[in-house]
Amino acid sequence: MRPELIKEVKYVPYSGNMAAAEAMRQINPDVVAAYPITPQTELMQFFADFVANGLVDTEYIPVESEHSAMSACVGAAAAGSRAMTATAGPGLAYMWEVLGIASGMRLPIVMTVVNRALSAPINIHGDQSDMMGARDQGWIQIFSENAEEQYDNLIQAIKIAEDERTRLPVMVGMDGFVISHAIERVRLLPDRAVEEFIGELKPMYPLLDVDNPVTHGPVAMTDSYMEFKRQQREAMMNAYKVIREVGEAFEEAFGRKYEHIETYKTDDADYILIIIGSTAGTAKYVIDKVREEKGIKVGLIKIRTYRPFPYYDVMDAIEASNCKAVGVFDRAETFGAVGGPLYSDIATAMYLRNKHYPIVSFIYGLGGRDTNVHHIEEAIDKVMQAAAGKEVPFINYLNLNE
Amino acid sequence: MAEIKTAEVKIPPLKKLTNYPEKLAPGHRLCAGCGASIIIRQMYMVANALGYELIWANATGCVEVCTSIYPYTSWKSPWIHNAFENAAATISGVEAAYKALKRKGKLPTDKKVKFVALGGDGGTYDIGFQSLSGALERGHDFIYVCYDNEAYMNTGIQRSSATPKYANTTTQPVGSESLGKPQHKKWMPEVAAAHGIPYVAQVAPSHWKDFMEKFKKALLTEGPSYINAFAVCPRGWRSKEEEGILVTKLAVETNYWPLFEVENGKWRITYKPKNPKPVEEFLKLQGRFKHLFKPENRDKIKELQEEVDRRWSWLNKMEEISNREE
Repeated sequence: MRPELIKEVKYVPYSGNMAAAEAMRQINPDVVAAYPITPQTELMQFFADFVANGLVDTEYIPVESEHSAMSACVGAAAAGSRAMTATAGPGLAYMWEVLGIASGMRLPIVMTVVNRALSAPINIHGDQSDMMGARDQGWIQIFSENAEEQYDNLIQAIKIAEDERTRLPVMVGMDGFVISHAIERVRLLPDRAVEEFIGELKPMYPLLDVDNPVTHGPVAMTDSYMEFKRQQREAMMNAYKVIREVGEAFEEAFGRKYEHIETYKTDDADYILIIIGSTAGTAKYVIDKVREEKGIKVGLIKIRTYRPFPYYDVMDAIEASNCKAVGVFDRAETFGAVGGPLYSDIATAMYLRNKHYPIVSFIYGLGGRDTNVHHIEEAIDKVMQAAAGKEVPFINYLNLNE
Repeated sequence: MAEIKTAEVKIPPLKKLTNYPEKLAPGHRLCAGCGASIIIRQMYMVANALGYELIWANATGCVEVCTSIYPYTSWKSPWIHNAFENAAATISGVEAAYKALKRKGKLPTDKKVKFVALGGDGGTYDIGFQSLSGALERGHDFIYVCYDNEAYMNTGIQRSSATPKYANTTTQPVGSESLGKPQHKKWMPEVAAAHGIPYVAQVAPSHWKDFMEKFKKALLTEGPSYINAFAVCPRGWRSKEEEGILVTKLAVETNYWPLFEVENGKWRITYKPKNPKPVEEFLKLQGRFKHLFKPENRDKIKELQEEVDRRWSWLNKMEEISNREE
């Protein structure tokens, strides 16, 4: 980082919601349309305060539902403006129809998702069922481990979404309450550095150009629909490159490293845990603990980019280690399928490299259920048993009362 | 809200209006005799004459599917389709973007633009109701136009809350145990007016002068306007294509479709037929009411007449009350 910038970096005690709101203040989007929902509510309140006190130039639309929040973002982005929103759990579910429209229309909308369980039973606490349920809606999906990552990822998401090679919407997830409401140290970047980093939006075919009228969102019949979808796949493949490039640029500018995955002590690891979100932080602590106390060599792969899924990054990390077995942690259910959604992706990754490591699937943290140190230790035991060729249940629930 | 000085703005005579270039290009797939395209063209005439560029958000429906089949488009204006239920939310976003970009000096200042959300009765009375209500309440500067053809015509004549009682639809068909739709039509412009927005009007393309005056007011209004336009659907109503405007005229002359407006809270019936015709005159041209003309169902026509009279009397009361000198 440039020395004069380092001096301007502020160390603050922020929650994930505060950090996300602060990123939005610095991004200063043209339009924000949002509807409050626990645990995202606080984020919108912080942002509404910025609006109320003139700290942003944003047109803020306090819509009557999440469906309208995303619909208004589609209108605003098609108009040629930078549009953002935020939601959680059922709010994301309610947006579901319009999520596919946003990506299908190739609109660079950026959204925080404070990951929350889906009803029923109704539950306001954290899990990743919301974003996992939306994973095929054509959005780039990035997950954060902590408040600072949410802040950094949101800033990067603007550049990723608006790149001409992608032009896809991006959702950035953080676990409800555990990240959104817990106060942590966050290193805030100077306003002008963020402004410089994200640059200006270059609108493509803006609706507001009345001299060059464009029809957005037409009917595509059987003769053209598939070609649109094929192009979306292409854009998503491009996103893989763009996310990496933006991560490198971010590291160069601010000294914080961002890749599709983060590895922790995988090089010499015999056992690998694969985790998304805040529990990766707990896992790092447990890895240190079991290495020190028992000499067990465990490593972690944290998935940051979930869509496009970094199959080869994951496999490179696994193959570079001494991996004997893998534990895959899903904070979402896929009823009727094997393991959770992440499990399927990891199994696919192995297939693509023609490798077959034993995988133990763990379902954890649904509806905000705690995942503590000893639960991860339990999981490591099971992975070790699988590596030793012992019979281990295919799906294992952590901290379940049974 | 500022007083609308609409009287000072004059719409040129029809002969001149027809000289403006069409912005809904021919070749679209709307049915012969469709009311919706006539409505759109009448709106364009006013907008063209007053120098407004219209920016559209179109709900899924007949107009949307018939005018935008890729790679073609009938729209010579900026136009966006998002989904069925969210035209009003979509236009909210477009209008907000306009305000933001204009404030930042990123848009030309010499253009007069107006945002229009367009939906059928399905996208307005039913599935788009929440989105519309939200946008009206928030006060975006836009005109919502509902082309009300009284059922989901695009998908094959399914009932909506705009369908009149006893109309035959494919989801509440006439049968041995059914006389068609059991409920009366929702009073949508009245509901829109209850939002306290600056301008609400009900129009019919047969009374085009009245329509154009009202659309002019909507264009000149700052904030949300709601226009409910009668859109004859020969296919869905089982009426003759060439009789579309006649059916429309009869809807007005029987008081089935009262022409009225609510301007800053003042209700005004803009056309009062001297000798209103019985509603039967309107019903009998349409196959969707055919079963009512069987001798055993004649009392149902009476019932529809009573509903027409009830709404008419309610509107007259609103007109009287809202214009009373305090």
